[in-house]
Amino acid sequence: MPSFIEKQEMERILAKASALREEQEVQIRDQIVERIYDQSHNIAQDVVRREQNKKQRVFDDKLDHILTSRLWGFPIMLLLLGVVFWVTIAGANVPSSLLGDFFFWGETYLTQFFMWLGAPAWVHGVLVLGLYRSVGWVVSVMLPPMAIFFPLFALLEDFGYLPRIAFNLDRFFKKAGAHGKQSLTMAMGFGCNAAGVVACRIIESPRERMIAILTNNFVPCNGRWPTLILMASILLGGAMGLAYGTLMASFIVVGMVLVGIAMTLFVSWSLSKTLLRGVPSHFTLELPPYRKPQIGKTIVRSIFDKTLFVLRRAVIIAAPAGIITWILANIRIGDQSVLAHVANWLQPFAHAIGLDGYILTAFILGLPANEIVVPILIMSYLSTGAMTELDDIAQLQSLFLDHGWTWLTALNLMLFSLLHYPCGTTLWTIARETKSKKWTVVAAVLPLLIAIGVCFIVAQIVRGLGLV
Amino acid sequence: MRSQHLFHKFGIRVDLPEQKVIALAGNPNTGKSTVFNALTGLHQHTGNWHGKTVGYAQGNFTFQEESFLLIDLPGTYSLLPNSAEEQVARDFICFAKPDLTVVVVDATALERHLNLVFQVMEITSQVLLCVNLMDEAKKKGIDVDLNALEKKLGIPVVGTSARKGEGLIALQQGIYDITSGKKIPSPAAIRYSEPLEKKIAELEFYLKPLLQGSINPRWVALRLLDGDEKILQEINDWFSESFSFSFQGGEGVAAKCLHL
Repeated sequence: MPSFIEKQEMERILAKASALREEQEVQIRDQIVERIYDQSHNIAQDVVRREQNKKQRVFDDKLDHILTSRLWGFPIMLLLLGVVFWVTIAGANVPSSLLGDFFFWGETYLTQFFMWLGAPAWVHGVLVLGLYRSVGWVVSVMLPPMAIFFPLFALLEDFGYLPRIAFNLDRFFKKAGAHGKQSLTMAMGFGCNAAGVVACRIIESPRERMIAILTNNFVPCNGRWPTLILMASILLGGAMGLAYGTLMASFIVVGMVLVGIAMTLFVSWSLSKTLLRGVPSHFTLELPPYRKPQIGKTIVRSIFDKTLFVLRRAVIIAAPAGIITWILANIRIGDQSVLAHVANWLQPFAHAIGLDGYILTAFILGLPANEIVVPILIMSYLSTGAMTELDDIAQLQSLFLDHGWTWLTALNLMLFSLLHYPCGTTLWTIARETKSKKWTVVAAVLPLLIAIGVCFIVAQIVRGLGLV
Repeated sequence: MRSQHLFHKFGIRVDLPEQKVIALAGNPNTGKSTVFNALTGLHQHTGNWHGKTVGYAQGNFTFQEESFLLIDLPGTYSLLPNSAEEQVARDFICFAKPDLTVVVVDATALERHLNLVFQVMEITSQVLLCVNLMDEAKKKGIDVDLNALEKKLGIPVVGTSARKGEGLIALQQGIYDITSGKKIPSPAAIRYSEPLEKKIAELEFYLKPLLQGSINPRWVALRLLDGDEKILQEINDWFSESFSFSFQGGEGVAAKCLHL
C-alpha cells in the first residue's frame, strides 16, 4: 500500500518538530491555550454586555465570588463539612441506641428459641453470636449516620457546591504536578473509592490518571465514614463531656478529611517528582449554575441509592465475616483462640503503631470491605470475654476502654482507616483500570506503608511526650 | 469517492452524491442537539461512530432545493484529542472535510465557548458560528452583539433560540450561502508570539509539499509543536487508505448496507 507521507519524511519532520519544541523555554501547549483563551476573553469583552440587575446571574456570581474566593473558600468548605458531620453525629446517637436495643431484644428471643430447639451451643454461637450479632451491629451502628449523612451530602451536591470544592482545590493539584480534574475524582471517592478510580478515566494523560488512581484511597469513602464518625463520637468526643462532645467529634472528622486531602496532595506531588514525572496539563473546569435542591427527591433518592445500597453490601459481607470471626474466636489452640493467637502475634508491631493486635486483625479480615472492620473488632473483643451483652452505644465506649484503649488508639485507628490500603473491590477495580499488576501492588503497598509510618510517628510522639 | 470515504471511515451514509455535508460541533449543553433536531426533524438516524462507544446522529434537510446532510458531532470542550469524543469530533472536521462546520455556542457563556470556535477555525476556514440560547441570554440580561462578533471572527454568525424555533431559517440561509460559495468566510487566525510563529512557519514550509493540500499545514505544525507526534501517522493512515481505496472490509460494508 503506498504511503501518503514517506517514512523518512515523517521522521525528518518529527525530529525537526521535537528540536523546535526543545528550544522553547515556556511550554508550547500553555502558550497556545493561553493565546486562545486571551483572544476569547477579549472578543467576549467587546461583544457581550450584561445587565447588572438580573437576579440569578448576579446571585450566582456573588455566591461564587465568596465560595471560591482565596480567603473564604476553604473556611466555608470546612464549616459546611463540619455542620454536616455535626448534624450526623448529633442525630445518629438516639436512633443508633434504639436500633441496638431492638437487636439485643431480638437476640434474647433468638437465644431462647435455640434453647427450646435444643440446638448445640456451637450452632447458637455461629448463627446468633456470629451472624446475627454482626449483622445487628452493622445495621445499628451504620444505618443512622448513613441515613443522615448521605442525604445531607446529596443536598450539597444538588445545590451545586461540589464543583466549587473542586475549583478551590484545583490550583493545589496543579502545584502538586497533578491534573485539576483529580479534585473531581477525589470528590467522587468520598462516595466510593472504586467509583472514584473509575472516574479517573476523565483524566486523559496516563501519568496524571495514574496519580489520581493511586491517591484516590486517601479520601474516606462510604465504608469508612461510619468508622470515622463512630470513633470520633464515641471516644474523642465522648471524653470531652457531653456538651462539646458532638462539636469536638465533628471537628475531628473534618480534620481527618483534611489529613486525607493533604496526604493526597503530598503523595501526588511526590509521585510527580519521582515515579510519574511530568507537568500538569490544562483543562477548563465548568462551574454549573446553583440550583435550588429538590429536597424531597434528593433525600429519598440518596437513601435508596446510597444508604440502603451501602448497607446491603455491608450486611452481605458482614454476615460471613461475622461467622468467620466467631469461629476464629472460638476454636482454641492450647489455652487461646485462633483469633487471640493471631492478635497476640501481631501485638508488638501493632503496639508500636499505636493500635493493638485485634485492631490489626480486624483490618486484615476487613480487606473485602472497610465497613466491617469495626463490627469485626467488636465481635472479637466480645468473644474474649469481659462483656457479654451490648445494648447501648455508651457501652461500646466501656468495651473499648476495658481493652486498654486510649484516645491515641482511637486516633490511630482513624488514621489507619483513612490511609491504609483500599478495599478489595477498589483494588480489583484498579487492576482492571490500570491493566497492570505492578501498579495494583503499588496502590496497595504505598498507602499501607504510609498508614504504618504515620501511625508509628504519631504513637511515638504521643508516648514520648507522655500524653497517654 | 467522498461518500465512499465517509462510509468507510465514519460509517456515514450519504444519500445523494451531490449532498453537502455539514458538521455540527459544540460544547456539551449548548442545545446542539436541539438545533440538530429542529433542522432535520424526523429525517435522521442515530448510531455509534465506527469502532467507538460514542453516539452520533445524522439527518437530512433541504433548503432552496439544495440537499444537506447534517452530522451531529459529539459535544466537546476542545479539539485536542484527549477523549474518544474529542478524537471523533477532531477526526471528522479534519479528515472527513465537511463542506461546512457549524459551531454551536451558548450565548450565556460565549467566552468559554469561543475556545472551541478558534480551534475549529485553525483546522478549516469553512466555519459558521451559531450562537444558540439567545432567549436564555436575554432572560439573564446578557446581550451579544452578533454583528461585532461576525467582524471580529471573520466568519458568518447567526443567532438562534432553537428551542423556540427562532433563527432557524437564518441559520439555513447561512449554511446555504457558504456552501454555495455566495459567502466566503475568512477566519481571523490567532497570531502567536513571534518566536512561536517563526517555528510554525519553519515547519509549515516542510509540511506544505508533504500534505499536498489535504490538510491545513499551519494546524499540523501547531499540533507537532504541541507535542502531538501521532498526528503525522494519523494523517498517513487516513489518506493512504483513501488513495488506494480498495475493497478490504468490503464485506462488512455490504452487510451494513443490507442491514440499513
